[in-house]
Amino acid sequence: MRGLMGGKTVPVLIVLLAIVLFWYVMAIVMNAPWQDTLNGRANLTNVPFTEFALQTFTQDKPVLPAPHQVVGAIWTGLFGSAITAPRSLAFHAGITLGATLLGFGMGTLLGVVLAVMIVHNNASDRSLMPWIIASQTVPILAIAPMVVVGLGAVGVTGLIPKALISMYLSFFPVVVGMVKGLRTPEQIQLDLMRTYNASPLQVFLKLRWPASVPILFASMKVGIAISLIGAVVGELSNNAGGGLGVRLLTGSYNGQTIQIWAALFIAAALAAILVILVGWGEKLANRRMGVRA
Amino acid sequence: MTTDGGKSQSVVEAKGLGLTFKTADGDVVALSDVNLGINRGEFVSFIGPSGCGKTTFLRVIADLEQPTSGTITVNGTSPTDARLNRSYGYVFQAPALFPWRTIENNVALPLEIMGYGDADRKARIKKAVELVNLEGFEKKFPWQLSGGMQQRASIARALAFDADLLLMDEPFGALDEIVRDHLNSELLKLWATTQKTIAFVTHSIPEAVYLSTKIVVMSPRPGRVTDVIDSTLPHGERPLEIRETPEFLQLAARVRDGLRAGHSYEE
Repeated sequence: MRGLMGGKTVPVLIVLLAIVLFWYVMAIVMNAPWQDTLNGRANLTNVPFTEFALQTFTQDKPVLPAPHQVVGAIWTGLFGSAITAPRSLAFHAGITLGATLLGFGMGTLLGVVLAVMIVHNNASDRSLMPWIIASQTVPILAIAPMVVVGLGAVGVTGLIPKALISMYLSFFPVVVGMVKGLRTPEQIQLDLMRTYNASPLQVFLKLRWPASVPILFASMKVGIAISLIGAVVGELSNNAGGGLGVRLLTGSYNGQTIQIWAALFIAAALAAILVILVGWGEKLANRRMGVRA
Repeated sequence: MTTDGGKSQSVVEAKGLGLTFKTADGDVVALSDVNLGINRGEFVSFIGPSGCGKTTFLRVIADLEQPTSGTITVNGTSPTDARLNRSYGYVFQAPALFPWRTIENNVALPLEIMGYGDADRKARIKKAVELVNLEGFEKKFPWQLSGGMQQRASIARALAFDADLLLMDEPFGALDEIVRDHLNSELLKLWATTQKTIAFVTHSIPEAVYLSTKIVVMSPRPGRVTDVIDSTLPHGERPLEIRETPEFLQLAARVRDGLRAGHSYEE
């Protein structure tokens, strides 16, 4: 009991409970006007409050679906049909996951390569960084359709355009982090390598790279979460290929609010799982590198 | 390994050496007209207040700083060639161990860089770790060791590739007196067994007198040598108690006088 109170479980549960309660209250408030209209059409008058509340929780296309409606949609979406069926949320999550991982991989690689150039080359140091920062000030929502449509025009569709958008977002935290990370070695450590007459490659492999591993993982945690956002935004620009973004899009076309919320939660859960996986990778690396537990 | 084959007894030879740092506030003279020789097998201490250029001189020997006037040779060659030949081991003020490497892997670092084979590497690690009495700590990470042990590990790292010249820049400056005494007597034994030439920077008079065969007293602004004292203490075995002998105290007094003379000149 003491462990429970001392840990994070109880506070987190209390906050969760508060959110769910608030959500139900808001569901009643926001769905009430439409329910009034419906009841008016059906000539139902003086509906008791409890019954009215239940009515607002069971609409087909509510303004705000109740939590249990969303949970139900997630459940049937994940387990209600074969994983290969286009109705399956798992199917769409898989498509988004593929683009996310590919884009994350490319983005991390690009970020590391750019950081290495910036740290080792004076000209890159002065010329690249402003452009890298400028790249992130352009709204991705504006760029994504251009990439998807543009590449589609030359016959590149499906995974690649979405992965490119993920890459565009995820290289940024990696390059910013790794520029700092590769510069963490102290002068005394660099002097030491100089007394050994170590080559620049040796200095990189034996000093700069291992010194920057903690920052690499921190950057990758940010990078993988925004990779998922990039993939979803890419899917919003083209509803042909499937994916969680497409579910969001078709949901909003058809007023399928429950579907939108279900896709939204799946995307959030996916991001959380990916960040946790990167965190495990970090722990593994820490153990190998003797970081104090 | 990379000596000039006994061609000369002189390991370091500086003539009219000067070094001026150009800073935003104007020129700072770190060394001026330093004439000094270090012979093979000597233990030479450099002592002086901060800013006297003792560390700078060591860094010039190591080719970490470039002199602006005069000449210096290391093993008969330029410091750059000596560095490229890997003819010295350098011990810094801080251990500068890589935290992600175990002690044995830290000692292996120069061996990896210099391309020693696997078996040779293992043998050299073992020998170096034994020389600094760190057996049993090979698999530990630096943070698991005390400050004194970390500095010993960094000495092992400098010994691993068998350079004849050991450059030590206040290696025990950050350690408490008890640990420092212990490491001093260990260092003397190590020097006796390995027959290396050691250049040792310190700001402790007893440390300088206890360790050295030759004490170089330096004074600040501009950094210059004010006195070179040849120790009259026996070479080799020196128990810690030697520090209470009149001979020791006499040497210490002369070092202190040298330091004071340097200061009165300044202020």
